[in-house]
Order: sequence, then C-alpha cells, then structure tokens
Amino acid sequence: MHAPSRCPLTITVNGQQHTMEIEAWVTLLDLLRERMGLTGTKKGCDHGQCGACTVLVDGRRINSCLTLAVMNDGREVTTIEGLARGDTLHPLQQAFIDHDAFQCGYCTPGQICSAVGLISEGRAKCAAEVRELMSGNICRCGAYPQILRAVAQVAGVPADSENAEGPVVTGTVPA
Amino acid sequence: MNPFAYDRPDSVESALQAIAANGAADTGTSSSNAAANQHEIRFVAGGTNLLDLMKEGVTIAPQLVDINRLPLDGIEATPDGGLLLGALARNADTAYHPLVEQHYPLLSAAILAGASPQLRNMASNGGNLLQRTRCWYFYDVATPCNKRTPGSGCSANGGITRQHAILGTSEHCIATHPSDMCVALAALEAVVQVQSVRGKRDIPFDQFHRLPGDRPDIDTTLAPDELITAIWLPPALPEAARFARHSAYLKLRERLSYAFALVSVAAALDIGEDGTIRAARIALGGVAHKPWRLPEAERLLEGVLPGGEAFGRVADALLHGALGRGANDFKIPLARNAIVRALQMASRGTVTNQGLSQGEHE
Repeated sequence: MHAPSRCPLTITVNGQQHTMEIEAWVTLLDLLRERMGLTGTKKGCDHGQCGACTVLVDGRRINSCLTLAVMNDGREVTTIEGLARGDTLHPLQQAFIDHDAFQCGYCTPGQICSAVGLISEGRAKCAAEVRELMSGNICRCGAYPQILRAVAQVAGVPADSENAEGPVVTGTVPA
Repeated sequence: MNPFAYDRPDSVESALQAIAANGAADTGTSSSNAAANQHEIRFVAGGTNLLDLMKEGVTIAPQLVDINRLPLDGIEATPDGGLLLGALARNADTAYHPLVEQHYPLLSAAILAGASPQLRNMASNGGNLLQRTRCWYFYDVATPCNKRTPGSGCSANGGITRQHAILGTSEHCIATHPSDMCVALAALEAVVQVQSVRGKRDIPFDQFHRLPGDRPDIDTTLAPDELITAIWLPPALPEAARFARHSAYLKLRERLSYAFALVSVAAALDIGEDGTIRAARIALGGVAHKPWRLPEAERLLEGVLPGGEAFGRVADALLHGALGRGANDFKIPLARNAIVRALQMASRGTVTNQGLSQGEHE
C-alpha cells in the first residue's frame, strides 16, 4: 500500500523546468532554498504566520512553507529571483527601493511576491484595502507605511486615499 | 515532519480506496491512549493546517493521499436553487465567486475575515471544516492534552485561557473551533456532502462538528474513511435572499487582521415589509468547540421589531450557561455586546466585510 519514499516531480521555477525524484515530505520552500539554491525566498516562521516564504504558483501567491514540493507537480513557480528582467528590476522591486520600504530586508522577497499577487488579483482599490490584503506579510522592522506606499504606487492606488485614515469599524475587515 | 508515503490519485474512487483501510469507526487506532484519527492515512488538499500539525509532531500520518487532482473544485448552482461549493474550491475563489457574493454575502464576509490572502488561496473548503483548534496546549506536545493524547489531562483548564471556550465545554477540553467560514455555514444551515467506499451521505452542518464531551480527540462526525466532496447551501430564493439583505459578520480579535477570533458573530435577519423580524439566524465563533447556534434563541426575535432590547434578550439566551475560566471571563460580556451589535448592523442592511452596508458601499 505504501508509495515509494521518493516521488517523481516535474516543476518549472522562474521559467526553467526541472525533473527530479524527491522525498514527499520536502516542502516547496525547502526545495527552493536547499535543493535549488534559490535562497531569496525566506524561511521566517515555517508555519504560515509571517509570509516571508511567499511565492507565486501559477500566478497565485501562496506560503511555500505549507505546501509539499510534490503537491506542485506540473506547476509554474515564480520566486523573487524570477521577477527582474535582466538588469531591469520589477516595478515593485524599484518601488521598494524608491520608498525605502525595508530595513533588514528579510521579509522583503515575500512582501514583493505577495504584492505581485495582490496586484494581479485586482481587489485593492484604496490604501486601506492594500493594507488589509498585505496583512499576510509581517515586517518585524515595522516598515509598513513605506511598504504601503510602494505597493500602492505600483497598484495605481492613492497611498493617502481617505479610506486609509478613515474611522476603523472594529470587528469588520477593510477589504 | 515524519517520513510518510504519498499518493496522488486522480479520481474520487481511487482516493476513497486509498483511505478505506482507516475503517469506518471513529476510533481508528489500536493503541488505547492514541487519539482517534491521529495515526491514520490522511487526505491532503491545501495542506495549510495538516502540514503545520505534522511539522509540530501533533499529527503523525503514515501516508498522505493528495486529492488536489480530483474534480471537486467547482462552484455551481443546483437545480433546486441551492449552491454547491466543491470541497476543493479554494477559500479565496469561494469568497469572491459572483454567486456567493450575490446570494450569500455572509459567507464571503466570513471567509475574508479569516487567515491571509496567501492562505485563502491555498486552503480548500473541505479542509476549512476539518482544521483543528489553535489551543496552544494542543500544539505544545510537551504538555498534557486530551485532544492530542486522550486521558492525559487538559492543560488549558486551569492554565492560560484567554482564547478558550465559554460554552459547551467539558472538564476534558475547553478548546475552540478556529474557523470563520464555518460560523457563516452554520448560520446558513449548510449541508456537508461526504462519500466513502461504503456510500454517500449528507451531514447537516449543526451535526458535523461535535462538542468535546469525554472524547475531545474527535472533532467531527466525519468517519475516518470518508471524504468531504462538497458543501451545499440551501436555496438562495426566496427565503435566504431575504437573509442576504440583512446580514453581517462581526469578528473581534487581538489585532485588526490575520488573527483568530476572540469572538465572532454571523447574523442574518429576515425583516418583513412591516418592519418586524420574520426569522433570524445567529452563529457564534471563538466561544465553543463548534460554531454555536441555538434556534430556540433565534425564535425570540420572530415577530418583534429590531432593537437593542430584543437583541439583548437573544444574546442572553445564546449565552445562557456561559462559563469563564479566569482569563477568558471577558468573552462573556464581549460576546453579548458583539451579538447585539452584529444584529444592529444586520438590521440596517447587508454589511459587507468592509463594515459598510451595500447601499453605502458604492
């Protein structure tokens, strides 16, 4: 009844297809970091509570620490290393520099991949919604105001839209 | 995480065969002090809770059956006017589905109040129902826990109880169910469709999750060899449409986003043309081992005008017998106030998860 301990996996990472056999209990995060050397994606909490491991799978943002590599067979993964085009930074990478949206930088790859997902989801129409829909990414340095401005700029949303500073309705969700 | 075998079936039939060895009994283990379901073959869909539990050593599974290739991710209207949410449809796709937003705004609001965008992109509807308590003693394998190791004792009772239950507890367990989605599904009287090699059956939502009693290791009435295939929502017309015009999901937590509920309230009202309430649905999250609903309390609102006094009577009925254990004493007045406020919000109109009524939203 038991399947073999190593399972076949074909996965495309940043446009490059890989075929391998891998233990079933390896997370996508560990595959990226430990087997492929793509250490841009960070291991923060390893429990889906911080967002540092955020990558895009088939264009959707997910926590790579909470999915097995083998569960992503046949899928396309984009990490922070796959966003720039040659020497041209992704607009979000440039915006994070322009707005000084980090201190230590550990959460930044996850923040940027999450923001790529947020923009393609198209749900954030004001700054309050950007903030709520970025809530899956924790920044220990507290660079949230700058992160908000960077993401809002690329999303085409006014960073100082009135909803951002409007009264908070306790118990509801702003997006 | 323990090493395990891994299968990736592509049909419901082969998935059910793969897990049939668990058997139908609710205690599928031979060792008397091992918790039910703990050492069994497990389905994995989103993985957002199961893999976390396996990393912590709380769940040890010899084999995972990956069900992500099963054709269970649809969301479609049923001929009877209801809506069928596939077990593998993701929480985000469910919350943003046009039919859910239009006919069941309470469900959209509840789902979007939970977790983070990344987790909602991963988590399946079936898995949301099966997520386990975030009681920190349950997660800490160094402490006794009747849910993790039956008979070992409850560390929460007499411990730090800030997040724990005030209703339906037992001396064996005071854990809460963590889901927001399930609170709305309870209020909407959803039906859980399940299947095993033994056949199919429907489980009414109020019978799906259990109270802890003397078997807190068993969260649900789903048998170890059963698969959730879909969640059915009763017809949106005409009755539920009236609920849809007056509903609200209120969630109170330690921070503004990305935290589990201390108390949450799913409220829906059917208000007649004369302004009196024809029917009410109220479910509470964060207060019990399952979404808390008392139809007899809801009936107190039938035929009365919306108002703080009537809402307060319902809140008192819903919280009858509530028991704090020190650090969670605050949940009793918090829940009372939250019930009254959620009903006030619902009476004013459908409140989106943004705290605005649909009329105000544009």
